[in-house]
Amino acid sequence: MSGSALFLAVLLACLVEAVEALTIILAVGTTRDWRSTVIGMFAGLALLAAVVAVLGPAVRLIPLSDLRLFVGGLLLIFGLQWLRKAVLRASGHKAMHDEEQIFRTSVEAARQASAEARAFVPDWYSFTLSFKGVVLEGLEVVFIVLTFGSNQGNIPLAALAALVAVLLVVAAGVVVRAPLARVPENTLKFVVGVMLTSFGMFWGSEGAGARWPHSDASLLAIVPAVAVFAAVLVVVFGRNGAPDLPTASRTSAGAA
Amino acid sequence: MKVLGWFKSFGVFWYDFIIGDDWRVAVGVVLGLAGTYWLTHSTSGAFWWLLPALVVVLLPVSIYRVTRRGR
Repeated sequence: MSGSALFLAVLLACLVEAVEALTIILAVGTTRDWRSTVIGMFAGLALLAAVVAVLGPAVRLIPLSDLRLFVGGLLLIFGLQWLRKAVLRASGHKAMHDEEQIFRTSVEAARQASAEARAFVPDWYSFTLSFKGVVLEGLEVVFIVLTFGSNQGNIPLAALAALVAVLLVVAAGVVVRAPLARVPENTLKFVVGVMLTSFGMFWGSEGAGARWPHSDASLLAIVPAVAVFAAVLVVVFGRNGAPDLPTASRTSAGAA
Repeated sequence: MKVLGWFKSFGVFWYDFIIGDDWRVAVGVVLGLAGTYWLTHSTSGAFWWLLPALVVVLLPVSIYRVTRRGR
């Protein structure tokens, strides 16, 4: 895989997670207390940095074939989860992930919660929600950066892609000061599901000892093949007429 | 009791994070990897196709189970 493919794969995956985390931060910050929200966000980022500092060097010590077997398996499980939900959404069997609706729900919940000060945090509710949002969404970013980066022997480039994704989303969030509803999140999730599944199959097989025809170049066939297969499934399982479903309002690290 | 509850939520979080909504997919992937490893190391054939074949079966079956429930 070339450096640009690694960069693009990590950037897209991290964009999705960053949008979800920012939605939570904006909802809490605008309705409750910005200071507590920002402290919670930085506390979450510090925890994630500690996880990277501990796991990063440890990942490098694992033999590449073992790492590919383990990571390939995890990526494939992740990818199939994302793809399954993306196909269900696109075919009308599951509500579309709507950041605007999630923003409204979070705002309503934040307004009803009572304020409580603890230590140097004026509003504990804002701190907790912001901290949890950053850690839960960030864990997936950390996982993607470490696995993609270590497999390609280029963790710094993967980390740079994640950083660019976070900065892009934060910049957009500061400008609009509202949920990034215009980001085609469901389409992005479909693409990320395709990529995770493709790389998972490739690395998993290689880690298990199998050799793909034409080695890394086979990814040029695997990625489009998975995309076409998923698109065919959308048509096969597609419902007639527009779906009449409530909007998904749950966000968690695993909720692709 | 509080500690037990903490361990439970910790376990639930990681189960949700890694396994997700359909544990059969995770089991299928593990079996597919084990099968590829075993076949590759015990025979001289090329078994790169095993995981893609598994995806072709696992993904539609998992989706079908959800769509069937919704009817």
